[in-house]
Amino acid sequence: MIDFVRALGDRSLDRLSSLGRASIMWATALWGLPRLSELPLVIRQIYNVGVLSLIIIILSAFSIGAVIALQFYTQLARFGAEDAVGLGLALVLLRELGPVVTGLLFAGRAGSAVTAEIGLMKTTEQLSSMEMMGVDPLRRIVAPRLWAGVISMPLLTAVFNVVAIYGGMVVAVEWLGSDAGSFWSGMQDTVELWNDVGKGMVKSVIFAVVVTWIAVFQGYDMEPTPEGIGLATTRTVVTSSVMILAMDFILTLSMYGEFR
Amino acid sequence: MRMRTVEISVGAFVLAGALALIFLAVKVSGVNLAQGSDSYVVQARFDDVAGLRLRAKVSMAGVTVGRVAGIEVDMVYGEALVSLEIHGEPGNLSLDTGAQILTEGILGARYVSLLPGADEETLADGDFIEETQGALVLENLVGDLITRLGSS
Repeated sequence: MIDFVRALGDRSLDRLSSLGRASIMWATALWGLPRLSELPLVIRQIYNVGVLSLIIIILSAFSIGAVIALQFYTQLARFGAEDAVGLGLALVLLRELGPVVTGLLFAGRAGSAVTAEIGLMKTTEQLSSMEMMGVDPLRRIVAPRLWAGVISMPLLTAVFNVVAIYGGMVVAVEWLGSDAGSFWSGMQDTVELWNDVGKGMVKSVIFAVVVTWIAVFQGYDMEPTPEGIGLATTRTVVTSSVMILAMDFILTLSMYGEFR
Repeated sequence: MRMRTVEISVGAFVLAGALALIFLAVKVSGVNLAQGSDSYVVQARFDDVAGLRLRAKVSMAGVTVGRVAGIEVDMVYGEALVSLEIHGEPGNLSLDTGAQILTEGILGARYVSLLPGADEETLADGDFIEETQGALVLENLVGDLITRLGSS
């Protein structure tokens, strides 16, 4: 019994101290960046996490948009309300699926890569040699990745939404023969700039902060062994996915309240 | 990979993201960038606007000519005060234009329909539409019917 309580206390302290280390890392990294000379590092990382994620984002966006349009169309057609496909699609994408699915894909594609990369640097003691040379790895390695993630993900979300709406349009209008005019005008009448587009973007910025933070921290804080890298990569994907889904519910609740 | 290629692709990526955002704003949420210059607002009082929402369309003869810009309640008279944003310059609506709230489609989206008037003079920015007919509320109609059936 005592052993159980002791183990529980040990775990809690462990979690708490890793949360503390993560916060310290986050604060130091953010404090360190605003310097123009470090811009190339950030650009390099935007390429790694943003540009390289573009293909998977576009492919998934198209199929998700298409499948949502298909489902909406077949269900709404039973009530003769096929015209509502456009607005249903746009609202679902802008408010929920855009930020969430982009966040999940981003965690899987970019987050895991960042963790593995930083983890390998730590295992091969590149981080400690940087410290020896008087270069702060938080500034040189961690900060550019954090910033790149926070810049890339809202852009990826916007691209995702556009491609998904296009995919939905291809299915609903071109294939199933819904009217193009009512598809777009139904959307434009209902979707509001701040309430739907803006709040979706706010969500995606929050998810970006969470995912990159988790990814970078898992890499930075892992055990410097080959198994450690594997464990840390898995933890990045699992933790960020769960965090995204849980936070999405809380954010939706606070943003849209009783479904205004 | 060479830094130059990286920079170009990052630039293209940021540009694509920005274009996507503009597309979402203009095409999806229907923000009209040039709207401020060529539209004006007329107002109308309705006894009931049940279900009319902001940004609902204002149409004349079935063609969209504007949007609902504001819905407020006048507590003194118990009426709804609706601001209608009409595209174009003031002067395209006759002074005795009428307005009524109708229902569109199966989902019951309410919209404002304008009925053309015959007066030579026209509505200016901020004027009130006098002839209005509010939304038909099904419960009220059923209530009327029951009283009428009961009295006959």
